[in-house]
Amino acid sequence: MQVLDVDYMLGLVPILLRYLPLTLQMAAVGMALALVLACGLAVIRVLRIPGLNAATLLFISFFRGTPLLVQLFLFYYGLPQLLAFLTQINGITATIMGLTLHFSAYMAESIRAAIVGVDRSQTEAALSIGMTNGQLMRRIVLPQATRVAVPTLMNYFIDMIKATSLAFTLGVTELMGATQKEAAGSFLYFEAFITVAIFYWVIVELLAWFQRRLEIRLNEAYRR
Amino acid sequence: MIKVTGLVKRFGGTAVLDGIDLAIEQGEIIVVIGPSGTGKSTLLRCLNFLERPDAGRLTIGDLDVDVTRASRADILTARRRTAFVFQNYALFANKTALENIAEGLIVVNRWPKEKAHARAREILERIGLADKADAYPASLSGGQQQRVGIGRAMAAQAEVILFDEPTSSLDPEWVEEVLNLMKQLARERQTMLVVTHEMSFARDVADRVIFMEGGESSNRGPRPALQLTTGSPDTRFPAQGSGNPGNNRHPDLSRMPVRAIAVERTGD
Repeated sequence: MQVLDVDYMLGLVPILLRYLPLTLQMAAVGMALALVLACGLAVIRVLRIPGLNAATLLFISFFRGTPLLVQLFLFYYGLPQLLAFLTQINGITATIMGLTLHFSAYMAESIRAAIVGVDRSQTEAALSIGMTNGQLMRRIVLPQATRVAVPTLMNYFIDMIKATSLAFTLGVTELMGATQKEAAGSFLYFEAFITVAIFYWVIVELLAWFQRRLEIRLNEAYRR
Repeated sequence: MIKVTGLVKRFGGTAVLDGIDLAIEQGEIIVVIGPSGTGKSTLLRCLNFLERPDAGRLTIGDLDVDVTRASRADILTARRRTAFVFQNYALFANKTALENIAEGLIVVNRWPKEKAHARAREILERIGLADKADAYPASLSGGQQQRVGIGRAMAAQAEVILFDEPTSSLDPEWVEEVLNLMKQLARERQTMLVVTHEMSFARDVADRVIFMEGGESSNRGPRPALQLTTGSPDTRFPAQGSGNPGNNRHPDLSRMPVRAIAVERTGD
């Protein structure tokens, strides 16, 4: 008895490869936007900017406190009923929006922790030679905070790549959506889903390899 | 010339500095000594607004401000005209020795990178660390790190370099190389205000020695935070216990020859 239809799985690979770029694009765009947003939120939290700080706390609380799937449905199905201009929103945009907001809430906290963790005396040293707060952040604090934040941020990026699979619930045919369609046609559910699982796994392992290289480079200044 | 008048700094209800007057002439080397907790470091930190003083007037060159009204621009100016050497070096951990020294020139003085690096190399030469230009702080000894810290202050070309116990966190083996560098700067008549416990340095190098005491005991009632003994070359320091023979870091102050002692007694 044949346990696995290997030929079917191999045949699935080129089909799924066609949908891989969309998955990676959603994750990359989501990550880029989430990073920018999270940095802004983290700085607001660190400097405790009045008003904005409270708003940021509420934002983080909501997007950490509710499931990503609920947020995606809210953006895709819910908000257009409330705001007419959002009726044009497609599944891909809604997914990127959801991923951005959801993950920025988590990332803001780890970036904040990394910023706060930079040795306070270096801050004083930078101020003592007459740097402005902006210069201090750009030249001294953020580069060092990056090193601390990278491992956790990479973790969130890995999580985000996998979370793009939820886009299929909004009708987007990406890696997961394509697999679902193929499986529905062939009834070979195990083969289809184990193949897509391996796809995600390989992507994540490639990223993990990149992360190790990056960390070695970022740690260069700290080797004795 | 740097001048402070009526400098007050309180932490909680305690006045650590209670109306300090101090004038530093160009090229003058002043050493501040005294027990811990008497506000020596706070005095230095107030001069470049690492602490915001509660009252007083600060004059550095043509900058002349009431410290409580100092604008952001005034504070930047004051900081650019003073340089600070920290007890724990406080080097930028993400930058090499060369970059630590060049950083202020590039970011604050807006020098082109090549020019700033050339100057930083000159300074590394002077502090004897030319071969460590590309070394990161983590790979330098404490003494080397502090020399880079001093190099960073030298690069600022400030009116005065403020040294906050620059040898206190060093292993004994590294103290001398740092003191030698400071003596070299003193010979070049770099204006310096030095908080230290190194009595030999005070004795050999200082034009004036300021003794601070009080502070800690201010909860017993109103008492000037800074008391300075009356100054003439033959004035003695107030006796400080019996001294510890054999430990040159805590000598008997009463037997220490000083060239002059500053006096601005505050309060009554």
